[in-house]
Amino acid sequence: MSDKNIDVKAVASEIDEKALKEANEVTSFWEIIKREFKADKTATVCLILLIIIFATVIIGSLILDQKAVMKINLRNKYLPPSKDFILGTDIGGRSIAAQLLIGGRNSILIGFAVTMFTSIIGIMVGLITGFYGGKVDNGIMRIADFVSVLPATLLIITFVVVIPQYTMWHFIFIMTIFYWVGFTRLVRSKALSENRKDYVNASRIMGTSDLKIMLTGILPNISSIIIVDLILSFAGNIGIETGLSFLGFGLPPSTPSLGTLVSYARTPGAMSDMLWLWLPASLLILVMMLCINYVGQAVRRASDAKQRLG
Amino acid sequence: MWKTVLRRFLVMIPQLFILSIIVFALGKMMPGDPFTGLITPNIDPSAIERLREEAGLNDPIPVQYKNWMVRIFRDGDFGKSYTYKMPVTSLIGERAANTLWLSLLTLIIMYLIAVPMGIYAGRYQNSRFDKAVIVYNFISFAVPLFVFALIVLLIFGYRLGWCPTTGSVELGIEKGTLAYALSKLHYMIAPAITAAVLRTTYTVQYLRNEVIDAKNQDYVKTARSKGVPVNKIYSHHIFRNSLLPIAAFFGFQITGLLSGSVFIETIFGYSGMGELFISSICSRDYSVINALVLLFGFLTLVGSLLSDIIMSAVDPRIRIE
Repeated sequence: MSDKNIDVKAVASEIDEKALKEANEVTSFWEIIKREFKADKTATVCLILLIIIFATVIIGSLILDQKAVMKINLRNKYLPPSKDFILGTDIGGRSIAAQLLIGGRNSILIGFAVTMFTSIIGIMVGLITGFYGGKVDNGIMRIADFVSVLPATLLIITFVVVIPQYTMWHFIFIMTIFYWVGFTRLVRSKALSENRKDYVNASRIMGTSDLKIMLTGILPNISSIIIVDLILSFAGNIGIETGLSFLGFGLPPSTPSLGTLVSYARTPGAMSDMLWLWLPASLLILVMMLCINYVGQAVRRASDAKQRLG
Repeated sequence: MWKTVLRRFLVMIPQLFILSIIVFALGKMMPGDPFTGLITPNIDPSAIERLREEAGLNDPIPVQYKNWMVRIFRDGDFGKSYTYKMPVTSLIGERAANTLWLSLLTLIIMYLIAVPMGIYAGRYQNSRFDKAVIVYNFISFAVPLFVFALIVLLIFGYRLGWCPTTGSVELGIEKGTLAYALSKLHYMIAPAITAAVLRTTYTVQYLRNEVIDAKNQDYVKTARSKGVPVNKIYSHHIFRNSLLPIAAFFGFQITGLLSGSVFIETIFGYSGMGELFISSICSRDYSVINALVLLFGFLTLVGSLLSDIIMSAVDPRIRIE
């Protein structure tokens, strides 16, 4: 009898402790995202689809020999989809399916690289302008304003044509010059509002260095918004890159992109009877865009307590 | 109010100046000059050199820049296109009208779709229509313009044959007649709808959010308790108050339309400025490229200027002293 009593007490205190722990513990952002994905099945499907696409494209392009794929064989010119060529061939007799893998990898990597560079610049400049304000902020934001009113598409195309010995890195660099502004504005506005909060002031009074406040104080507090924007701008950058490559002024001809494949649509006859030339790449871009954006929306909902589903 | 406008103008001047320097520098970076095309084995190199000297291509760079600017401002002279063998201004002038009409039609269609959609979605929040609008908005945000335009062209141009697949007007129709205008409209409608559908995202989203916010505002409650009919509250009170973000995005819309015109016009084969830009880039027609970049940059600047002016006109709080 007495044993049982003690047991009940122990169990009760255990439960109490657990509840206390849960109440004190702030669920991490990843936990919240996981919960959100559990609640939103479409988002989960999109995420899985994306992982499958990325894995196939990256592993597939590793296995494939790029030189063999890009070798011209005129005897196979414009073959419709068949057993040998699942998605048919292009003007040079090259397999569309293999080009899809290589082009997909290039587009994804470029989108990723541009997102990385713009976000690094955006986070650094945004934190500095938001934290210090005043003249620094004014000067840098003037430049940002100016860059944002430039006709980016036209200038990028002109740069691509003008640069001698143009490579993939030039393209990443040019895109970064024009697209760092959005990220900077976002980080700056968030840093500005964080800057007024008590914890930053407290930390300042305690004599914490500016750099430490920015990196360990403000940055973690705005990280969820940054993650959302990373995902959305990743999709955006893939869109811009494929669009420019579609026009013929994105990646250099030696590195095919999904946009290059879509641009086969402009060869005579492609629209009326050679759909296999460009439709698979277009659909791949479409599916990727929709999925990345949907995942981004789910993460955005997770970052805002009012909108959460899970 | 006028102070704000004046100040905004003053900000624009250095921006234009820097833009012109960038364009000029790009022009200088381009390989060759207008006389490179004339070089043949039979021509005397000294003759080319003389032509260069006469055109001022051997002057110091700042002097060349000054002359270039003076020519543009004094004579409106952007040089000569050497693929079309005609002055750049008249070449662009022809295409500019096409692009402007297309942009205007796109804007009209865009607002015709977006405004009712945003207001009804906000008014009947969480209804089936609202949910459909959210899905539509998501898709129109995510889909890249060129892929969407190609698919529209495939389905409506090639499979159904509802719209022409290339060109901007039927050949052989006399200019100035009603048939000419109608034919133009016929060629414009597909690209305009395509661009408009993808441009609605921001307007719909902001309008919807504004309407949802406005529903709980005091002025709406007051109007309702006074007995103003619900429809009138939406059309008079809420709609007018929700116009601000739309006004703010107006300049931004123009900017987006211009950069989108490069894709839309190339895909639909519509002869406007965007298509001219791509074709002159392909033929390395540098004087045309320079003039177009400058013009697009100028129009974009005007767009953002317009945006700010509209904002300060609609909302007095924004005016700078």
